[in-house]
Amino acid sequence: MDMTLPRRRFDTLIIGAGGAGLNAALQLADSGLRVAVVSKVFPTRSHTVAAQGGVNAALANVLPDSWHWHMYDTVKGSDFLGDQDAIEFMCREAIPTVYELEHAGVPFSRLDNGKIYQRAFGGQNQDFGGPQAARTCAAADRTGHAVLHALYQQNIRAKTHFFDEYFAIDLLRDEEGVALGALVLEIESGDTLVIEAKTTLIATGGCGQVFRTTSNARINTGDGMAMALRAGIPLQDMEFFQFHPTGIAGKGKLITEAVRGEGGYLINGNGERFMERYAPTARDLASRDLVARAIVTEINEGRGCGINKDYVLLRVDHLGEEIIAKRLPGIRESARIFAGLDPALEPIPVFPTAHYSMGGIPTDRFGRVVVPAGEGAEEVVPGLYAAGECACASVHGANRLGGNSLLDILVFGRAAGKDIIDYIKENPHHRPLSEPSLERAVAHLDRWDHQPEKKPAGKGKAKPAAESSVRELREEFRKVMEDHAGVFRTPKSMAEGVKQLKAIRRKLRGLRLKDQSRVFNIARIEALELENMVDVGMAIAVSALGRKESRGAHSREDFPVRDDRQWMKHSLYFREKDRLEYKPVRSKPLTVKGFPPAERVY
Amino acid sequence: MKFRVYRYNPETDQNPYMQGFVVEASRGMMLRDALLAIQDQDESFAFRHSCGEGVCGSDGVNVNGVNKLACVTPVAELRETVVVRPLPGRPVIRDLVVDMSQFFTQYKRVEPWLKHRDPLPEQEITQTPEARDKLDGLYECNLCGCCSTACPSFWWNPEKFLGPQALLTACRFLEDSRDQAAEERLDALAGPYKLFRCHSIMNCVEVCPKGLNPTKAIGQIRARMLKGSL
Ligand SMILES: Cc1cc2nc3c(=O)[nH]c(=O)nc-3n(C[C@H](O)[C@H](O)[C@H](O)COP(=O)(O)OP(=O)(O)OC[C@H]3O[C@@H](n4cnc5c(N)ncnc54)[C@H](O)[C@@H]3O)c2cc1C
Ligand code: SF4
Ligand code: SF4
Ligand code: FES
Repeated sequence: MDMTLPRRRFDTLIIGAGGAGLNAALQLADSGLRVAVVSKVFPTRSHTVAAQGGVNAALANVLPDSWHWHMYDTVKGSDFLGDQDAIEFMCREAIPTVYELEHAGVPFSRLDNGKIYQRAFGGQNQDFGGPQAARTCAAADRTGHAVLHALYQQNIRAKTHFFDEYFAIDLLRDEEGVALGALVLEIESGDTLVIEAKTTLIATGGCGQVFRTTSNARINTGDGMAMALRAGIPLQDMEFFQFHPTGIAGKGKLITEAVRGEGGYLINGNGERFMERYAPTARDLASRDLVARAIVTEINEGRGCGINKDYVLLRVDHLGEEIIAKRLPGIRESARIFAGLDPALEPIPVFPTAHYSMGGIPTDRFGRVVVPAGEGAEEVVPGLYAAGECACASVHGANRLGGNSLLDILVFGRAAGKDIIDYIKENPHHRPLSEPSLERAVAHLDRWDHQPEKKPAGKGKAKPAAESSVRELREEFRKVMEDHAGVFRTPKSMAEGVKQLKAIRRKLRGLRLKDQSRVFNIARIEALELENMVDVGMAIAVSALGRKESRGAHSREDFPVRDDRQWMKHSLYFREKDRLEYKPVRSKPLTVKGFPPAERVY
Repeated sequence: MKFRVYRYNPETDQNPYMQGFVVEASRGMMLRDALLAIQDQDESFAFRHSCGEGVCGSDGVNVNGVNKLACVTPVAELRETVVVRPLPGRPVIRDLVVDMSQFFTQYKRVEPWLKHRDPLPEQEITQTPEARDKLDGLYECNLCGCCSTACPSFWWNPEKFLGPQALLTACRFLEDSRDQAAEERLDALAGPYKLFRCHSIMNCVEVCPKGLNPTKAIGQIRARMLKGSL
């Protein structure tokens, strides 16, 4: 064992300081456990801060509502691929979770009676598919910011140990598969540190950076997902990637669905409200997969706006100055900065943008990571948890509803926290660190620490390791993903995508860093992130090629309809040999009757 | 477009220096895009950034003498040669990356969490829309540090003076109708330094990328203190 590496020991390690990680940390620190939270950026810089529209909970503050209707909408929204036990759990827990957040200090917008303001969002209805509901609890259009800051603040109070700007390299597991913590890199000094823990929670968020045009921050590179893959754990349902209908055209920056919830609508080049044709009842508030496809179809059929007819317009101006100033101030700011216009006066040019990963590390509803154990059975990976966008519980199935992700991260972050408390009661001691596991992790990092190989003199043709074009390869990779795993998929293009990804994977192995310094070496971090992105990108592409049907966000030309007989099952991608397995959907809720698959109309 | 950026790598440089770069400007280009283009030319150039839309607060830098968030600063608005330096007054770790720990320490010192002492209701603690409106202009802070690192009082007394950001946060909790610790919060701000080192120079207001007004918040706290002492 490498005795030179410094070590720290905690009861529990949380990788990620977004909403999922911080809500788990709060439960744990308040219960008196020693909690380490590792984050590659200062906690409030985590991408939860960017969430705009709000978080769903059937509080019924504005219109009648019930968790059971919320559950129905979520099952339907998932195109019946969501696990109904986890969905029931999430929709029930939504209500106390939002109250708890409010008590923690989140500055929610308010109704005249002093209760939390709730707005309409897509895919939400009263009475099992009846009239539009208003279920999304909002702090103006800055809900994520309000939630993340409040959770960070409460964690300061609870004395959580923060490792800010530490980058997790790899998970540590012993021979029996038990999670032991992680190897992390302090970005400021370039030093490595082993964090040993009785339980490890992966809460590293999404991977939207794998696509070229995205609403996601630079840090959303799927690190936790890739760490899981390297530790032998599969990723579930990765073919389901959500393209949000309204990104600012050409930029990808998000314009929240709250804009349509507040009454905004889309028009095409002919000035037509085209959503009426695709979703006669819900129109602009149909679910996201549908709206995104409608926009791309309009443009493909020549009805886009602008000189190149390559976007559609989102109208808001009719809402009036007051609503825009009060309910959508952040959007107005974004539109001004990135589209150079005031939405109170002019419509915003929009195009779908890569937004959210429905898939992720497979877990049960307690946040415990589960893996196949042969013959359809599953087993828990002892001591290992995952929550938030990097995990797949699976509550979003093939398509996530707006406002359900903040909910997911908070509910399952909290649930994981609670389960960890029980686990540590039963397993109160640290296990010995596994040498091979640590060696593998160290080797993974060291691989970037070698000097570029010098060209042997005279032999110009001998292939030297490519020097440091991490940036170029990154851009090449993101373009491949965009071209071959986007909103509409064809078998030919997907197969080509997988081929190109394999080539990129090979090129990546040959890359070396020019900058070998230690202190705040961004190039090294980006290289590690690129490795993670390529692993995750491959999971998406291979899973997409494997699923021969269209469901939710996964839409294929050659299999245009949903096929419940053969495909009502989750995919599991393993990094080893790019292998796929499948497991059944859990269609039985906890207490109520299950919702059988039905045609999805909005 | 011409840039001069501050360079310092503690492992190789005795002293910091300024380095010139030329970047091809494109329509709608933000300063962050330009810094990324510089990084394409030289991967050893370090700066922090993430969201690219002004909400995460990572990329506060000093541009042509003014603190700004790079990701929401169009290069078209900048005078050439654009001079980019780290936020002033903080120890430089490398290039544009500064050590912000003192800034965060001051933030934590105002105990920035809601203190509600009554038993909690089963549902939300209610708050009127008017009471909620008082938090607008206070809660949106993204901790970028542009304000505090532009404040002369913070430069001279970073340990004792809390600085505009922390005081804005203190005000955010004082103004929250749900918070029940006003007296304790005000007591903690008493004394010649923590709050009273502010000389209303307003640098903080001028630079805040979120359009917030720490000077006004400081004034509000003072008014409360005055009212309390009567
Ligand atoms: C622009 C935008 C708007 C959105 N709006 C809404 C909305 O209105 N409602 C809704 O429900 N959902 C919304 N979403 C989705 C939702 O915000 C995210 O899915 C959710 O916030 C993810 O939270 P998280 O805790 O899982 O991860 P994040 O908040 O992304 O946090 C991930 C954490 O992991 C850390 N991390 C990652 N990798 C490493 C590593 N290698 N080492 C150390 N630390 C690491 C990061 O530093 C960070 O702290 C929106 C998303 C976007 C992009
Ligand atoms: S007004 Fe006060 S806090 Fe703001 S810059 Fe001036 S001295 Fe600093
Ligand atoms: S008040 Fe403004 S300038 Fe100061 S940290 Fe907050 S957002 Fe940045
Ligand atoms: S990158 Fe997030 S504020 Fe600029």
